Amino acid sequence: MPTIDDFGSFETAWCPGCGNFQLLEAVKQALVASNIAPHEVLFVSGIGQAAKAPQYLNCNYFNGLHGRGLPVATGAKLANPALRVIYESGDGCTYGEGGNHFLAAARRNIGITALVHDNRVYGLTKGQASPTSQQGFETKAQPHGVFSQPFNAVQVAVAMRAGFVGRGFTGHTDHLADLIAQAIAHPGFALVDIFQPCPSFNKLNNYAWFKNNTYMLGDEHNPDDWEAAMKLASAMDEQIPLGVIFRNDRPAFESQFATADGKPHFTKQVETAALREVMGKYA
Amino acid sequence: MDTNPRDDFNLMIAGEAGQGLATFGELVVKALVRSGYYIVVTQSYHSRIRGGHNTFAVRLSTEPISTSRDALDLLVAMNSDGVRLHHDELAEDGIALADEKLDAEGARLVKVPFGDLAPGKFANTAGLGVVAALIGLDQALVDDLVQEQFGKKHPETADSNRTALENGYAWGREHLPRAGKRVKPATRSSTPRLALNGNQAIALGALSAGVRFVSFYPMTPSTSIPLTLIAAADKMGVAFEQAEDEIAAINMAIGASFTGAPAMVATSGGGFALMVEGISLAAMTETPVVIAVAQRPGPATGLPTRTEQGDLELVLHAGHGEFPRALYAPGSVEQCFHLTREAFLTAEASQGPVFILTDQFLADSFRAVDPLEVEGLETVPVPVDAQPVALPYRRYEVTDSGVSPRLLPGFSEHLVQADSDEHDEQGHITEDHGVRIAQVDKRLRKLDVIQERVIPPDASGDPNPDLLLVCWGSAKGAVEDAAAQMRAQGHSVGTLHFSQVWPLVPEQFVPALEGAKRVICCEGNAMGQFARLIRRETGFHIADTVLRYDGLPLTPEYILERCCTT
Ligand SMILES: Cc1ncc(C[n+]2csc(CCOP(=O)(O)OP(=O)(O)O)c2C)c(N)n1
Repeated sequence: MPTIDDFGSFETAWCPGCGNFQLLEAVKQALVASNIAPHEVLFVSGIGQAAKAPQYLNCNYFNGLHGRGLPVATGAKLANPALRVIYESGDGCTYGEGGNHFLAAARRNIGITALVHDNRVYGLTKGQASPTSQQGFETKAQPHGVFSQPFNAVQVAVAMRAGFVGRGFTGHTDHLADLIAQAIAHPGFALVDIFQPCPSFNKLNNYAWFKNNTYMLGDEHNPDDWEAAMKLASAMDEQIPLGVIFRNDRPAFESQFATADGKPHFTKQVETAALREVMGKYA
Repeated sequence: MDTNPRDDFNLMIAGEAGQGLATFGELVVKALVRSGYYIVVTQSYHSRIRGGHNTFAVRLSTEPISTSRDALDLLVAMNSDGVRLHHDELAEDGIALADEKLDAEGARLVKVPFGDLAPGKFANTAGLGVVAALIGLDQALVDDLVQEQFGKKHPETADSNRTALENGYAWGREHLPRAGKRVKPATRSSTPRLALNGNQAIALGALSAGVRFVSFYPMTPSTSIPLTLIAAADKMGVAFEQAEDEIAAINMAIGASFTGAPAMVATSGGGFALMVEGISLAAMTETPVVIAVAQRPGPATGLPTRTEQGDLELVLHAGHGEFPRALYAPGSVEQCFHLTREAFLTAEASQGPVFILTDQFLADSFRAVDPLEVEGLETVPVPVDAQPVALPYRRYEVTDSGVSPRLLPGFSEHLVQADSDEHDEQGHITEDHGVRIAQVDKRLRKLDVIQERVIPPDASGDPNPDLLLVCWGSAKGAVEDAAAQMRAQGHSVGTLHFSQVWPLVPEQFVPALEGAKRVICCEGNAMGQFARLIRRETGFHIADTVLRYDGLPLTPEYILERCCTT
């Protein structure tokens, strides 16, 4: 059985008071609870403060480009469906630069767990608006406040019928760890959008704001009910539910190929007879 | 006029997009290749799906050939525009065929009563019969082919197709001047040749090297590479996906390759422009990946369905930062196969991006290819078994060759950590200047690994000639043919073809450049990009160029006209 200590502890580049610390703890707890050892998982991330998270974890990782983590994770999963692939990055990386990839991953229902640190701001580049920033949020780049409507990733994922859609908050680490473990156990695309206060650059949506404007979902919500999920997911500014918003058993993308046997093709030899047959079609 | 059967014959099918012209053309191609002829196909089409004017030209010969010819011995016009636009391309004794119902006139235009020969659905089969009768192809052979193509899917059409073909043959033999006496019969080879175009050969080369992943976003003229791979994917064990865009395509391939699958993408200039950041990522993370770029004229959307060799500089310089790369530029369909194999092996050996530069002309050009040997071919060594590694395992261990031990995530307890940030040997993000220098130097040392494998340019013709024609990629056939024609007229002419355009190893070719009285570089672009590259790398200035950038491929006629006047 893996333990929390197996995942190591590292010096980080995060600011004191950053929600990322609790998020990292929750990820470790979820991995231990899911009985996953460090070498049994591949973390793929993009670029940003959030995207550094895998560097602070003993695991296989591919720390790719800003916005492009999901395609790397998709290629990894298609090439080796037996590998557990977890994507982890920020809201800017995932919903902004990588927005098209986010839509495509949800539509595909590719078997990846996506952990999105949602601090509603660009942290690494020091405080510009992100796609999830609230209207009116003032930054040096948006001195008159954000004009655009924030991107509701959770509702979009529900609309796309992603396999699993949840929302967590770093202020409730145990609840978050449990949510992540459920997402990991889900065979299709599993999004966990995670509220993560950024004490340096988002003074509007701070710890207290997230605490005051969220609540824990109880048994009254049935995550199999798409319409109820759509309705719940519409909350962005107050009364925002935390927990499993939506779940369905749509088959994972990679399981639908005719040749899918859960094993990677690349461990097999190139078959000369098959190649000859393929070439024969051109004679 | 010489009325003896000749070795060489040039036919063109012209019509509207949507008339099944390519299908008809490919059937003619298969019939010719099975009959033992060598062929060169030049396809020209507009990107409109319906209504655009398309041509499918086949030069056939009893002898090996590598380029097209302009003058037509046979024009098959599927609409009246086909006659109007191409009638003046007919050779002195060439003939044109068109349905009698078409409103078309011209000397040596033979009107065919297709309505009498076959019902509309089977007109193309009757047409095949007419053409085959003119060339003198064996009817049983063509009948087998037709049955094979249509009979499997639609057994109920077997009889109608057979009758249509018979009627076509009978009509052709009776009504066409010198039917069956225009071309010498070819010798059928004991091992049948393949009818392959450049893109199909790239895909087959990739399969033979062990490709296990392909991602792409459709873009002419590259799309038939992934489509050929996908058609074989279930049989050969290839994972594939049509990505949401080219940025996703290259990043998926990198993810797949990092995980263990030999991977490729295919695109054209505009799509490649979107992949550029990903190229740099492959270099930084030292992930092998093969990128096929099928060029078409730019800038921007350019001429989407035409050809050009205009993206050499783009591909050579694509990707921010400094890193080694290899660029292959096949000059024939066979080279498409062999160099794609080489690209996969080089990508794995150097753990980075490797490119194949082709173009619309070669992509779509069918040729008769001698059977490709598949036995005992080297495949990409996938590091599935955790090789003995120094502990702790470091993905970016600094080594003499610059190549670090590559393991796959999940196949051992060793952790594989890759980073697009500068990283230490372990793969952890770093800003340490010393580590930075060590890693840059390590990556650049892999240039030697690539350099050791460089394929030298191919010389033909006279050594130390009065005139040396230099070319790269798909220009090979036209340039070598033009040189042969000049030699036949008594001139001293040599050629130098580069099938690898980066890295350049000056010792391999500078003596040849210096040994010629005059050097001309022939390229399908407007700026003489390859001539400039040679000058930059060697100091040798090729002052004269023959450049073509009207969207059409270089031909011997085009080169001869300009060589003799420049
Ligand atoms: C192509 C590209 N564009 C821009 C950047 C600069 N950049 C790095 S991280 C980032 C935004 C980070 O915001 P987010 O993804 O929300 O992560 P956070 O830092 O807030 O955790 C930007 C714009 C980059 N690295 N690459």
